[in-house]
Order: sequence, then structure tokens, then C-alpha cells
Amino acid sequence: MIWLTWRQFRTQAATVAAALVVVAAILAITGPRLAVLSSAGANPFLTRVSAADSVLYYGSTALVHLLPAAIGVFWGAPLVTRELELGTHRLVWNQSITRTRWLATKLGIAGLAAMAASGLLSLAVTWWAGPIDAAAGASGGESFPALISPLIFGARGIVPIGYAAFAFILGVTIGLLARRTVAAMAITLAVFAAVQFAVPFAVRSHIIPAAEQTVTIGRTNVQSFRANNSGQPQELTVAGPPGAWVLSNETIDSTGHAVAVLPAWTADCMPPPPGQARSRPNAPAAQACFAKFADLGYRQRVTYQPADRFWVLQGVETTLFLALSALLARLCFWWTRHRLT
Amino acid sequence: MIEFHLDDRSGVSPYLQLVQQVRRALRLGLLREGDRLPTVRDVVAQVTINPNTVLKAYRELEHAGLVTARPGAGTFVTATLADATLTAAYGPLRQDLRRWLAKARLAGLADEDIEALFMTTFQSATQEDIA
Amino acid sequence: MTPVLRARALGKMYKQRWALTGCTLDIPAGHVTGLVGPNGAGKSTLLNLAAGMLTPTSGTIEVCGGRPGSGPAQLAKVGFVAQDTPTYPGLTVADHLQLGARLNPGWDDALARHRIKRLALDPARPAGKLSGGQRAQLALTLGIAKRPELLMLDEPVAALDPLARREFLQDLMDAVAEYGLSVVLSSHLIADLERVCDHLIVLVGSKVQVAGEVEDLLAVHHRLSGPRRDLSTLPANQHVISASHTDRQTTLLVRTDDPILDPAWSVGRLSLEDLVLAYLSRPAEPGHDHRPAREVVR
Repeated sequence: MIWLTWRQFRTQAATVAAALVVVAAILAITGPRLAVLSSAGANPFLTRVSAADSVLYYGSTALVHLLPAAIGVFWGAPLVTRELELGTHRLVWNQSITRTRWLATKLGIAGLAAMAASGLLSLAVTWWAGPIDAAAGASGGESFPALISPLIFGARGIVPIGYAAFAFILGVTIGLLARRTVAAMAITLAVFAAVQFAVPFAVRSHIIPAAEQTVTIGRTNVQSFRANNSGQPQELTVAGPPGAWVLSNETIDSTGHAVAVLPAWTADCMPPPPGQARSRPNAPAAQACFAKFADLGYRQRVTYQPADRFWVLQGVETTLFLALSALLARLCFWWTRHRLT
Repeated sequence: MIEFHLDDRSGVSPYLQLVQQVRRALRLGLLREGDRLPTVRDVVAQVTINPNTVLKAYRELEHAGLVTARPGAGTFVTATLADATLTAAYGPLRQDLRRWLAKARLAGLADEDIEALFMTTFQSATQEDIA
Repeated sequence: MTPVLRARALGKMYKQRWALTGCTLDIPAGHVTGLVGPNGAGKSTLLNLAAGMLTPTSGTIEVCGGRPGSGPAQLAKVGFVAQDTPTYPGLTVADHLQLGARLNPGWDDALARHRIKRLALDPARPAGKLSGGQRAQLALTLGIAKRPELLMLDEPVAALDPLARREFLQDLMDAVAEYGLSVVLSSHLIADLERVCDHLIVLVGSKVQVAGEVEDLLAVHHRLSGPRRDLSTLPANQHVISASHTDRQTTLLVRTDDPILDPAWSVGRLSLEDLVLAYLSRPAEPGHDHRPAREVVR
């Protein structure tokens, strides 16, 4: 059965393997340059990352996110449905092999390959982006997102292995239920994308209760203002702890309640719009404005996941996805034994 | 060696057709004592028939004492139906039949009429014998 | 002889409709059994139940002494060539033999290779590029080289042209002659099976109408024709399967174990096809026609 599974799977496996080799080669060639640049002690290392390396950084990160989806759609969904569509399950089930062993071999080989592919890609990208991720954590996430932020978290470390396992078995399960390859591929993609968007905010942020800190609002820590169309400030954010994943960033008044809309006088605190810097010498006004924040008891409350929880969250989330995959696999076995004809 | 053929439309079961073909061949002297019948696989390949049917036909022939199966060697003819006394009777009977046919034609019967008359008479005579 | 397939009150229901009901059967070993019936009569359902592809809704089925599909040992005993003889279009003929060799402990590689050679199939050709007849032959090769006790084929020749049909059956019979395996094959056309079957099951409207050895069936069925008469005057031991009347003549197809004594009848032999057609066109028996399956099939 191993032979047959491999014989059916080898083209798909080779395609992904070839793509991985190409990506790995690109990263291997460009990686050392980054490492040298960062260890050279170039002070604002992040500002000296070239545009090409920036593209590689975001591109490779996107690739780690996309690979599990591709595995679910192109490996998982067709794994059983193709046999059902061609009727070949009726050929193979009438050899001297039980359906359970047939499915177990298929899931075993393709599933392990999926996890290996995703794990290797994540390893390569994690290594390549290491200098940038380290510097981004120290700098406070100005030019590059923090390692623990949703965009990067899912593309580093071990979680991609969990995602790949889950996407793969999700594709198989949907394929078994839908019995149509193309439909199964579309549904798999939609469901997996929904899970990927929902998990960071609905699950990951709650795995460990978020840390909270309340700070005074000052000129040095304000990060941004959001104004409405007439230039009236609505809300502001302050910088979180370095490398943290900021979940909420809200202004509270002296009673501790969140402020929905900033008072009108805070307009003075806002930096001048670009191009008008000279016409409004407002430095003293801004100072007074920030002082007024302190006088009236306004403070800023920030909830966040600190950077040092990265590996704990990675471990928990990977375990979670693997457990979910195991559940789906059980469903697949049950369905194959009892419902498939 | 005898070559079998099957007529799907005859209404005679395949095994009986095989038996009849061997008997006819024996009667006409096409098969003689010592001749080997085709192997079951040969017959199967020749006429696309169930091997059990061939075996059954051969068993029946064996039972009738016409052939003997020698394991490993094949099935051999051990008797003949081309009885000298019977063959001797063929000539006069055929002559009688010829004469009768001429009479029937003279009476205005077409070939089909003759055949129908012969068959019904033959059948009713056979049935009277059974009853 | 021990039956190679034994069904007791076997039934299979799909979404509120019975595809097979009350099927009680014994198929003896060492026979080539024809399973005949119109499309949708339940032939495929019966074969799929016997192969373990389906599980029964009611009743029991036992094949080669075990529950169908219950384990590798059971699967090794039963070969099944499903309808339309599925093969992997992307795999070559040689790959299929490799598949058979890897998945079957009793695989007869010499036999498989010999057959492929005799059939002049190119081992390097993908199965997707074979003709229907060649694909059927490949599937049959897999089924035979597995060396099962019972080989079942679901409408194996339906998609084949007459020549391929003849060759396929010839090959099947050759395997029966050589290896003595039991065979069950289904067809909606009796003509396909007439020569090769020595045991027959007629399935109509999801129920078994008649089953038995072909010779026995032919021996107990007669065509009677004679002057017109009322059916109620027939002896009790003669069961009428079909009857037709003109104003002077009555033609009957009867089943009886006893000789026909009435001199008014002229008794004729039946071909297997006549016999099967009589059963296929038989109206529902009174008292049996209220079962739901009937409407579905008709």
C-alpha cells in the first residue's frame, strides 16, 4: 500500500519539493548578507534593510502562510475524492487490504509529507528572518512587525507544522463528505482561510490572559492619532512594550472608563499635517495640550501579549491544531468504514 | 479430432449439444475408437463455454460407455456407434424415405408442408411411445 | 457442496427504497453463476453486499464462510470486478500488476504476466489509454491473479463490443477451467451468459424470482401449445409462468417436476433465454405486489 500511495502521490510531492528547493536556495544565498549586516553593529540595522530584502521578508512570510492552504487544497481534498470520482476505490478495496489500512497509509504518508514540507519551509524562513525579527522586537515594531504579532507569528517556529496537518486533514475530510474534488477544494480553502483569520483573535489572544499596563500620555510615547474628515481627533494610540502584540490601546478618563471620542482640545496635541509644519508653530500648544491630559487624569490603557510568550503560544497552538487534526482523522476513518461505498 | 460448435437458437442445452455432436460423429464414423477428444480447455477456448458443461458432457459420454478419461492423457473414444448392422439398414430405409418424399411431392406438398408433417408425426409417435 | 455465497433474508435499503429485499440464496461452489435481471433489479447491490462494499440493512450474508469485507483474509478470498471495470488512468499496465502484487498475499505474478503478454497489452501503457475491452481484461487479470476462491463480476461485458465480449468470456472460462474458481457474473442480457453459466439467478424488482442449475431449470420448464383452454383446468403440479391465448390456441410456459401427460399439448423445449424472459415479463404475483420495491424498479 505504501508503494501505491507513493506512486499516486509522487507528482504532487515532487512539485512541492521542487518549489521548496527553489525557495530554500534563494534564502540560503541572501540570508548570510542579512546576518552580516546585523552583526556589523550597524546602528539602525532595520533602516538599512534593502528593498529587495524587504520583499523577501514579506514574500517568504506570506509563503509560509500559504503553503498549508495549498497543501489542504491540492493534497488533502483530492486524496480520496479523486478515487471516488474515478471509481478506483472499488478496485483497491477489493485487493486484500482493509479500508482502514488503505486510509491509514494514505493519511500517514501524505500527512507526514505535509508536516515536513511546512516545517522545513518555516525553519528556513525563521532562520533567514532571524536578524530582522530580533531587531524588530527590540525596536518596538516601528519598521517591521513584532515576532508575536499575527502576521509573523503564524509564519515562524513550529505552528506551520500544525497548520499543515490541519489543512491537509481538513481537505481530506471535506473531500470525503463532498465526494467532489473541485467543490472540496473550494470549501477547504474557504474553511481554512476562515480558521486562519479567526484563530489569532478568537483563540490565540485568550490562551494566556493578556498583560495590561496603564501609562500616562506623553509626547514621547504617543504613536498615532486618528482624526475624522474635518481634522478632529477621535482616538490615539501609544507605543506598547517592545516586541509585544498589542491587543487593545484605549484612552481612559480619570474614572477609569474608556473614552469613546477624544475631547476637541486634543487637536492641539496632534502633529501638524505634512507640508504645513511651518505655518503652525504649535510646539508650546502641544506641550500644554499633553500637560492637560495629565491634569485631567487621562491615561492610556494597553493590553498585550508580551514578546517572551512567543514559544509558549507556539507550543499551545501547535498542540491545539494537531489535536484538531487527530479528531478529523478519526472522523475520516469512521466515515470510510461506515459511510463510504 | 472433432471440432465442436454451439447453436444458441436450437433450444438444446449446450451440454446436450456436445453429447449429440460426439454421438453423431461416432455414428457417422468421424470418430473412431482410440481417438482423443479435445481437452476441456480446448473446448472452452473453441466455443466459449463453461468448463463444467464440457465436463458434464464428457461424464455423460463416459457413463454411456463411449469414452474413457485417462488422467493426464485425455479422454479417448472406446466404442463406436457406427454399428455394421445399423449402417446396413440405412440404405433400404433411405430408399423408402426417398420414395415417400416423391409421393408427397406428387400429392402437391411443398417442402415446408413435408417438414411439418414429418415433425408432427415423428413427435406424436415418440410421445405415444413414452405414454 | 458448501455454498460459496449464502444469503438469508438479505435486504439493502437506500434512502427509503429497498434495492434488495428478502433475498435468500445459496450459490454452490465450483459453478459459474449468472445473475440476470433488468437494470435496477438489485444485481449490483447483491454483488456489492457480497464483496463487502455495502453493509446489509437487514438479514445476513456469508461469502466463502466469512462476513464480506471483514478483514484482509476475507478480502483475499473474494475477487470483485466492479461495474465499468475501474482502473487508475494514470498508472500503467505494469503498475497495476505491481499494485496487485503488493496488495495481495496470494498474488500469482507468473499468471498475471502471462495473461498480459497473451492479451498483447503494452505494460508501459497507462490504463487511461486502453480501450474498454483492454481495461476490462486488465481488471479481470487483477481479479484472477489474486487467486480468489470466488470471483464476482458486475456487468463485465456490458460496455464491450461483441468480439471483446467473446474474448473476455473465453478468458474467464479458461481461468475457471484452469483454477477451478467459482464465478458469479451479472448481466442484464441473458444472451451474454447463456453459454457460460451453469447456475442461474433471476432477479426482478429487487427480489429473487428463480434460482438453480441451468440444466435443472431447463428440465422442469416446458412450453405447451394446444387448443385454447382455461388455465384452471390444468393439473395442480403445473405452475404457469406465462400464458398467451388466441381464439383457438393457448401457449403456456409451465414449471413442473412431473412429465406432461395430456396428449392435447404439443410440448416444446425452451431455450434459457425464453425461460429468463418469461420470468422477467411475469406480472407481480398476487399478494406480493404491494411491496415498495416493486414500484421503484418498474
